[in-house]
Amino acid sequence: MKIYGVALLAFCFLVGKLAGNLLGSWMGIEGDVGGVGFAMILLILLTAFMRRVSWLEDDTEKGILFWSAMYIPIVVAMAATQHVKAALSGGPVALLAGISATLAGFLLVPVLSRIGKQTEPNPPAS
Amino acid sequence: MEIVEKVIGSNGLLFAFLFVGSVMYASFWISKHLFRKKLPGVALAVIAGLGLAFFGDKKGLADVPLFAGMALLGGSMLRDFAVVATAMGADLSKIRQAGLAGMVSLFAGVTLSFVLGVTMAVVLGYTDVVSLATIGAGACTYIVGPVTGTALGASSDVIAISIAAGVVKTIVTTVGTPLIAGRIGLDNPHAAVVFGGLLGTSSGVTAGLAATNPKLVPYGAITATFYTGLGCLLCPSLFYYVLQLIF
Repeated sequence: MKIYGVALLAFCFLVGKLAGNLLGSWMGIEGDVGGVGFAMILLILLTAFMRRVSWLEDDTEKGILFWSAMYIPIVVAMAATQHVKAALSGGPVALLAGISATLAGFLLVPVLSRIGKQTEPNPPAS
Repeated sequence: MEIVEKVIGSNGLLFAFLFVGSVMYASFWISKHLFRKKLPGVALAVIAGLGLAFFGDKKGLADVPLFAGMALLGGSMLRDFAVVATAMGADLSKIRQAGLAGMVSLFAGVTLSFVLGVTMAVVLGYTDVVSLATIGAGACTYIVGPVTGTALGASSDVIAISIAAGVVKTIVTTVGTPLIAGRIGLDNPHAAVVFGGLLGTSSGVTAGLAATNPKLVPYGAITATFYTGLGCLLCPSLFYYVLQLIF
């Protein structure tokens, strides 16, 4: 049943958020540190395990894949609910700080991508 | 007319499904027929979304009563739920392989954003350490800015600037990522993990990657999710003390 997949996803989500909030309070921050990341890893591990012991039925998986496919429309809605006027009304400091930080991040992607990258040629995919 | 408003008002989320569906349909149609798919439909839809956000203020389009349901559909709960679901297609061994690079990029991303934010603030005439730290934190994300500003007791106009800096970063990341992805080698999971750590704005990273190549979304999201927490940890403490030593 598809609801099993949605329930499994919600389980991973809540456990991940809980872990993120616990980590946050442990670090002395009010909020969530890495909750989504923990939830993602938990989901990957759980579904891999369930697939191995053949508990993961097609329908269960479809329940998760539906939400994965809803991701892009959700991003569009998220874009439409941003405080875009603030971006312009923050003045030159906000514009310069935001733009320079973004561009610097872009430029460092190829530099830091070299860390831990397998040296060419890649071994054949297993 | 009143009845229409009443029906939509009490079924806001469902109206948001219909509305976003229509925006996506129009965007994909325009992408196919006007741009011959050179500009991806997803990118167009996201840009259309940002444009629509000008109809409101703090909550963007959702400030318009008819579109209040957009706040739920585009809010952090459903966004994070869907982002976690994208992990179904992710390869754990690739994430593990990029783990070290991801950690380095997280620290580099937070530090670099803070330093650039502070630099811009200095250039434009700010001198007090609290304002500098708050604006630097805002260059990380629009959450790190106000958290840092509140912790340090910054004035509300400086906090507003720090939020604005973070929003600018989100928007530039959203629009810029698909344009620049090819040039910075952002076409594989490894680079996406690094990208998520360097940029760190969950909204910008996930929207930018979705417009570039949806397969990369989970890899960017997995590092970006640690960024705001790390920023909230470092900016009001370590970074603030270092600034105090300098100024």
